[in-house]
Amino acid sequence: MSILIDGAGKVIVQGITGRDGSFHTQQMIEYGTTIVGGVTPGKGGRTAFGVPIFDTVGEAVEKTGADVSVMYVPAKFAKPAMLDAAASALKLLVVITEGVPTLDVLEAYEALTAKGIRLIGPNCPGLISPGKCKVGIMPGDIHTPGPVGVISRSGTLTYEIVKALTDAGLGQSTCIGIGGDPVIGSKFTDLLPLFEADPETEAVVIVGEIGGRDEVDAAEYFKNHMKKRVVGFMAGLTAPPGRRMGHAGAIVGGEDDTAASKIAKLEAAGIPVARLISDVVTLLKK
Amino acid sequence: MKIHEYQAKALFKEYNIRTVDGVVATTPDEAVATARQMGLPVVLKAQVHVGGRGKAGGVKVVREAAQVAPTAKQILGLTIKGLPVRKVLVTPAVNIGKEVYLSLLIDRGKRKAVFIGCAEGGIEIEVTAKQSPEKILRCEVAAKDLARLDPGVLADFAEKLFPETGQADATAELMCRMGRLFAEKDASLIEINPLITDDQGQVIALDAKVLLDDNALFRHPELLTLRDLDSEDADELAAKEVGLSFIRLDGSIGCMVNGAGLAMATMDTIKHFGGAPANFLDVGGSSDPKKVVHAFKMILKDTEVRVILVNIFGGITRCDDIAKGLLASLKEFEVKVPIVIRLVGTNEAEGRALLEGTPLISAETLEAGATKAAEIGGRS
Repeated sequence: MSILIDGAGKVIVQGITGRDGSFHTQQMIEYGTTIVGGVTPGKGGRTAFGVPIFDTVGEAVEKTGADVSVMYVPAKFAKPAMLDAAASALKLLVVITEGVPTLDVLEAYEALTAKGIRLIGPNCPGLISPGKCKVGIMPGDIHTPGPVGVISRSGTLTYEIVKALTDAGLGQSTCIGIGGDPVIGSKFTDLLPLFEADPETEAVVIVGEIGGRDEVDAAEYFKNHMKKRVVGFMAGLTAPPGRRMGHAGAIVGGEDDTAASKIAKLEAAGIPVARLISDVVTLLKK
Repeated sequence: MKIHEYQAKALFKEYNIRTVDGVVATTPDEAVATARQMGLPVVLKAQVHVGGRGKAGGVKVVREAAQVAPTAKQILGLTIKGLPVRKVLVTPAVNIGKEVYLSLLIDRGKRKAVFIGCAEGGIEIEVTAKQSPEKILRCEVAAKDLARLDPGVLADFAEKLFPETGQADATAELMCRMGRLFAEKDASLIEINPLITDDQGQVIALDAKVLLDDNALFRHPELLTLRDLDSEDADELAAKEVGLSFIRLDGSIGCMVNGAGLAMATMDTIKHFGGAPANFLDVGGSSDPKKVVHAFKMILKDTEVRVILVNIFGGITRCDDIAKGLLASLKEFEVKVPIVIRLVGTNEAEGRALLEGTPLISAETLEAGATKAAEIGGRS
């Protein structure tokens, strides 16, 4: 088992004809993801990678039965593309695009949530259920199927941790990059319940960073609702306050959103936090 | 993006949010001339991109003509939290009836735009929120409605700030205008601390703080001119222009990493092994060799740097592109400090092959690389 995506999912690509969209469509197909169509407004009726292109997500979902869309549309055009997805019967929208204005994300989140469509991202690497389905941009070959769930606000740091898991013989059920923006569609607390309910996930790794209080909420959720083990990693112990560390959401605003404060709260709730990447494996094997 | 109070007040004016007209002065003489025109008393306010100006002596009421020049001189000579004060805003002093706190911001956790209010003004909102959370008022609004809020929806909230009917109505109207400004200019925060009534009972924004969403600046070219280049690090701005994310720190180990989270984790790992990072540097997702050259240029500018740690986990970024950038950098600059490199992921073998025969010190893992860099760069 896995969460959100598995071998049966039918996926469409928004922005399939763009530079990033076409490159990663190829990569996803090679990994074994069932891509059933693409969406590029104005290019409906053509084909790419052997699948039909549609003008709207609604039409694509109707004709192909897709339930997942992954979006590589540039930030300037992300809002109409997200609202287009919100007007369809999708179940899951994954927005890879970086640099989407926050108000656009908020408005799309409101529209998607009203329709019961889950949003992952934006500004994220996507998600992968190893051996079954990859919806995003992560290198597939570092993953291997197994019992560990991963939720992360980061991209390459997640790959680093996943590789350490795989090298140590710890496979993954599903790995989700939730994104580094201030407003994201799915937070730790939105996804932990799914891993808790997934019979094949035995433990979860959460990878957080400075800024916001999502990790603190995760600690509270864990304490009150979870039986499975959770291990953490927090980036940004050396980050100076008030500075945006690359990710739009990674900024220390007060005393509560520093890495040190988050580590203290996670550990107090019973989630051990690794100081080094290799310690994630050590803590999971304990 | 941060903007100054006088710039925020200009935006307020554009949206009919009542404020106190002021004039910016860059010298004591200008301040004197302005004060003479306005008439005393005046308030002199340091224009600087940090909070806590008042406590730092950056806001002063001046009642006597002879005091304008020395007070302006003193404020213009201040450095507040590391930022030198280069401009001072001169405004007429206002007789305050009552003062409250009002802001509009995005609540990350709730994923909502929300008005925050407090019937006590001039407070530090974070402190009040912690010590007396019952005093904090909240009113959530949908992002899609921000540009055309209904004052009726805001009436209860406004009444809790100013119970008098006329003032409550004016406050609700003001909040609608804040919403429109927020939506149309893509703000991430509008804060009025304090919002006051004067001795005539008028509701006035005595202070103005506006933060703008960097991601949305592409659709507001007019706002780009508000950027205060003097307040920002020249290297960090130059980095942004070429698609790098760079922040200078005070250690001795230069870092070049792909990905912001991994860049932070790399700095943390260096610290864990006793070293001190000289910078945060994310070369970004793509792997243009030119970016690598630019990154090296910036790291090498810092004469404190004694060793450079390059940590790349290839995904979209290709290790051979990074290697090409490294070779070009070695050719272009006289690199006197040792470079520790850790390359993993897409086209790793090609990247390593390219670097064979160079004096670079290779490491298998981030932890091994950070240990080596800390040994060379000296423990902090």
